[in-house]
Amino acid sequence: MEKGLLPKPLSHLLNLSRKYSLWVYQWGLACCAIEMGAAFGSPRYDVMRLGVIPFPASARQADLVVVSGTVTDKMAPPIRRLWEQMPDPKYVISMGSCANCGGPYWDSYSVTKGVDQIIPVDVYVPGCPPRPEALLEGIVLLQERIQHEDMAERWKGDPIVVGA
Amino acid sequence: MAVTTDWQKSAYIAAQAADARVNVELETEGMTLNLGPQHPATHGTLRIVVRLDGEQVVWAEPICGYMHRGYEKLCEVRTYPQVTTLINRIDWLGHFANEVPFILAAEQLMGIEAPPRAQWIRTIFFEMARIANVSLFLGDMGIQLGAITPVFYAFRDREYVLNLMEAATGGRFHPNFDRIGGLKEDLPRGWVDECHGVMTRVISFCQEMEDLLMGNEIFQTRTRGIGVIPAAVGLEYGLSGANIRASGVDWDLRRDQDSPLAWKHCDWKVWTHPDGDSYARYWVRLQETREAARIIVQLLDGLPSGPIQAKVPRIIKVPPGEAWCHTENPLGEMGFYLVSKGGRGPFRVKIRSASFNNISIVPWLLRGVYVPDVITILASLYFILGDIDR
Repeated sequence: MEKGLLPKPLSHLLNLSRKYSLWVYQWGLACCAIEMGAAFGSPRYDVMRLGVIPFPASARQADLVVVSGTVTDKMAPPIRRLWEQMPDPKYVISMGSCANCGGPYWDSYSVTKGVDQIIPVDVYVPGCPPRPEALLEGIVLLQERIQHEDMAERWKGDPIVVGA
Repeated sequence: MAVTTDWQKSAYIAAQAADARVNVELETEGMTLNLGPQHPATHGTLRIVVRLDGEQVVWAEPICGYMHRGYEKLCEVRTYPQVTTLINRIDWLGHFANEVPFILAAEQLMGIEAPPRAQWIRTIFFEMARIANVSLFLGDMGIQLGAITPVFYAFRDREYVLNLMEAATGGRFHPNFDRIGGLKEDLPRGWVDECHGVMTRVISFCQEMEDLLMGNEIFQTRTRGIGVIPAAVGLEYGLSGANIRASGVDWDLRRDQDSPLAWKHCDWKVWTHPDGDSYARYWVRLQETREAARIIVQLLDGLPSGPIQAKVPRIIKVPPGEAWCHTENPLGEMGFYLVSKGGRGPFRVKIRSASFNNISIVPWLLRGVYVPDVITILASLYFILGDIDR
């Protein structure tokens, strides 16, 4: 128990159970919400086989949030507030070009240029909109990270970029 | 004047007092309920503030702007080919249908017309966008009312339509396929046969929805007589599309205006319903999906050969002038008012999108309904947030 770390077998077990019981809060904002819906709600992609449960009642029960779509300046404060309501450890997937960097609205007056300006992002999924498979890959990569999670590394803040 | 005895007077006062006591006991304080901006029933980021008395809505107001992305201003700094990339994303479920009115307006200003094959393929994609859009509504309406299953069927069969779009245009979602004077490319080989198969599937999907959902007693009790829009009120608020056709107004721009697109060459029907309630709106949309599949099958059978692109200069400059073009999009009437000053991009674009007008009736419609019916009504009005806020 030195350095405040759990013994290896215990942390392995804990990480394994966290990895396969991710509750995803769906943050459907724009076009990507439909592709996210296709990934989570459609029989072809079926995210539940990955151990991801897509229907928590509120952000307070969620471990993972998928910000899918354009974040506008008017929407940014509610997003920050809902993220603050989530219990730790919490993960954020930014889905689509708009949430990553503003996307096609890079010169719009009302669009926040990237959700990472308001909340920290773990996985970036590029595309406009990304295919459901791309989102699934982002989730799988995140699960790998959770399995070998080292808090020190996580807080260094190197995000995953799907396809890079 | 009636003569009243003392006994009658005191009985009256006692009755009043008893009445007041009961009323005070049962009286509820008014409550303000905030739906959204992140709420599953609003399919996105619409916020509705509802003032409640008990379980009844006294007053409701939609607050939009959470998805405002500044399309009209962005169109002014893009060139004409770049604008279609943007306006694809206004109504993100009816992707291709958004491009058509803008391109038609630009073609009107330039005085060119796409060759017949391009117009027919445009119409096919237009109707496929309608299927992709409305089929999601057909499933989603179920999930709003507590029936989880239909949405899985909807997503399953929608995938086949999206695959066809992807095969022809390269984009599942945002095809960006329409060009001034024609189309980007011709259809790939074997596409027509595959499309026939998918349309058979879409028609059987509609039948499945009818069997699954519309015959369901719970569905009927939750939608029949809920959110009735009389035709006169609907017209005053500027409703369009299936919302107004469900109130019995026989108005469809595909049939009623002279469009270069190929609807005039097929045999189809505009469906209306006299009731104007949520059930009628669902029914009309279901029939429209069927009609869209029928239109596509007819167009595929009679697809003319020939070029798909008219002669246009490499760098597109639209002569000065103003043009207005509107079409019957999946959500209703969508129009573009295009002002050009002769440059490579538009000077000003005014977008008339259907959902903005369709939800303007919400304060009128929600007055006096119960809280669960709010969800039904919002679902049946069927709006897309990008189409409201633009």
